[in-house]
Amino acid sequence: MRTTSRPRRAAVLATVAVAASALLLSACSSGSDSAGSGSGDASAKVTLTVGDFGTFGYKEAGLYDEYMAAHPNITIKYQTTQDGQKYWDALTTHLGSGSGLSDIQAVEVGYIAQATNTLGDKFVDLGKAEGVNASNWLPWKSQQATTPSGALIGLGTDIGPMAICYRTDLFQQAGLPTDREQVGKLWAGDWSKFVSAGQQYQQNAPAGTFFTDSASGLFNAVLSAQPEQYSDSSGKLVYKTSAGVKTAWDLAVSASKAKISAGLRQFQDPWNAAVANAKFAAVVCPSWMTSSLSKYGGEAGKGKWDVAAAPVASNWGGAFLTVPKAGKHIKEATELASWLTAPEQQAKVFTKVGNLPSTVGGLQQPAVQGAKLEYFSNAPTGQIFAASATSIKPAPIGEQDGNVKTIITDNGILDIEEHGTDPVKAWENVTKLIADKTGH
Amino acid sequence: MATHVRAEAPPAARSSWRSRLYRFDLKASPYAFIAPFFLCFAAFGLFPLVWTGWLSLHYVDLLKPDVMEWKGFGNYTRLWSNDQFWTALRNTFTIGVISTVPQLLTALGLAHLLNYRMRARGFFRVAILAPYATSIAAATLVFVQLFNPDYGFINWMLDLVGFHPNWYSDTWPSQIAISTIVTWRWTGYNALIYLAAMQAVPKDLYEAASLDGANRWQQFTRITIPSIRPTIMFTIIVSTIGATQLFGEPMLFGGGVGVSGGSAHQFQTLSLYMYELGWPSRQLGRASAVAWTMLLILLLIGLVQFLITRYRKRNELGG
Repeated sequence: MRTTSRPRRAAVLATVAVAASALLLSACSSGSDSAGSGSGDASAKVTLTVGDFGTFGYKEAGLYDEYMAAHPNITIKYQTTQDGQKYWDALTTHLGSGSGLSDIQAVEVGYIAQATNTLGDKFVDLGKAEGVNASNWLPWKSQQATTPSGALIGLGTDIGPMAICYRTDLFQQAGLPTDREQVGKLWAGDWSKFVSAGQQYQQNAPAGTFFTDSASGLFNAVLSAQPEQYSDSSGKLVYKTSAGVKTAWDLAVSASKAKISAGLRQFQDPWNAAVANAKFAAVVCPSWMTSSLSKYGGEAGKGKWDVAAAPVASNWGGAFLTVPKAGKHIKEATELASWLTAPEQQAKVFTKVGNLPSTVGGLQQPAVQGAKLEYFSNAPTGQIFAASATSIKPAPIGEQDGNVKTIITDNGILDIEEHGTDPVKAWENVTKLIADKTGH
Repeated sequence: MATHVRAEAPPAARSSWRSRLYRFDLKASPYAFIAPFFLCFAAFGLFPLVWTGWLSLHYVDLLKPDVMEWKGFGNYTRLWSNDQFWTALRNTFTIGVISTVPQLLTALGLAHLLNYRMRARGFFRVAILAPYATSIAAATLVFVQLFNPDYGFINWMLDLVGFHPNWYSDTWPSQIAISTIVTWRWTGYNALIYLAAMQAVPKDLYEAASLDGANRWQQFTRITIPSIRPTIMFTIIVSTIGATQLFGEPMLFGGGVGVSGGSAHQFQTLSLYMYELGWPSRQLGRASAVAWTMLLILLLIGLVQFLITRYRKRNELGG
């Protein structure tokens, strides 16, 4: 036994070495062997892959299963990344190299301008596809996904029209109205009235609580209602002279100075804890925010929240489905993307996970119009958000908007709130950082 | 020519061919055996390194990596005059010091204790490695909860003695919090390395020392430390490299503002700065310049460490 063990070990080692080199060589030359069969034959078996982030709700609403049952030759596989920024980082790398892409890729509205301006030629023009009609969507939604040359590269999934979520118990203790109509009237038409309401709240506020969660959230809300934001219609950055940015910045700074904000970074651990412990009374509330509030608020918060109209209608968030040209089954992928974003399917997603439809037809579905949220004192959220959605005025978006927004809110306003930095100095700092991050 | 030779003297030719083959086998097969590693290294180590250096001399948009605009050393001079780069460098250094120094000292102490005969020694030796086996994400998540300024366990304790630091937004507290995560994860690993080295120290040295009347502390400082000095050097180098590349802990600790290292960049490390330039800002060329600068800094630190070691060795030999 002993004598045979040595040569055998050598043989094993040699085999391993050969196998490892073979593996390495094949790894280097992969890609050529997996070329697809094309999409000529209608009955051929096709596997479609879908890549998205966060919660799109297609799996949850059973839409993949439904589609596969109706199209027996199609198998759908999906891959979901939780973090939107990391998802986009990976997607841009894949688009650059032309490999590792899914047949359908979701793109968030914060990045759609990068996709239309810089990466437009990497995506299929869905506007020309059969059965796709750009006018099915809210006009500003399709506009956002249209390239300068007029190609529609993304089909709208959901949108984030804004309302204000507020705690009736805290409002009552501070002597503010609690009925959602009256609360809406407190600040109807003007965001500065929202800040005044905050000052009123703070005078009789329950100890340790603030009117709102963060000045950055307020900044986003005010800015998204402005006709001029970070970029002009040619996509050039104009944030320094933009009236919209100035209005939003001044209001956010005034909110911070008036000490009506808890100074928290949204969705970070202390923010989650503050929701659970009822440390702020009102929060700017895009339709998707309701799920975060109920998630972190838990049982204790149930029935304590309500939803009122925002001062001015505006949008925060939402996404698109795109079909990269590098995909192997473009025709089938386009059909699936079009089906997933159709009004009926959007309504099903809304019922299941609360993502508000971006199609005109989807917003009119009874499932949307009649929706109420039990957690938010049975507020008719479907109506509130749908009403806000139809009165949104679009603003031009540029490809650096996401970057600029992050710097202004995280390194500007949050810095004022956390470190008491002088607003003038904070603005100087912001312009310096933006020049550094966006210049060549 | 060959056929002619073969026809004339087949046995000799065959044997020389065989012996040549044998010699070739003897000489070449070691290379064949190590080839997989070097092929891997060339493809995934050397090429990216050189390519990153090339990129660092250009303006490159992450979304269009095939379009390059020549910048020369422009990316490097721009770093030199950039406040945020110096903040990141300073943060990397301070976080590195306040994580590495306590980490290695504690590890040394723990290893010394574990080297004694005691009950359940095997259990302690395994348990000490548990943090190392924990994922960064899981560990950081727990520490984020512990360090929550308003509801965390640590501030609940500190409130009792009248302190209330903000572990996220203040510079020193946030850096200490991040260093704590690093220290917690790596102390056990270093302790085990020290322990292995300590066990190789001959026992008769200690016996002789105790005969001479040396106490435990003297034995530790006069025998243990000098005997395991090469190992200590090794752990210092490895931890320095780790500290220079610190990324996961501050990124996850910062949550939404992790990439920019807090609202005033108070805990942004060089790796995070590199990521911020490369991905959110899409400036791959400048990110590559940061990567190469980090490499140069590491080489510089390595050189200093090497010179110190050599200086000490020479002194010892001389004295």
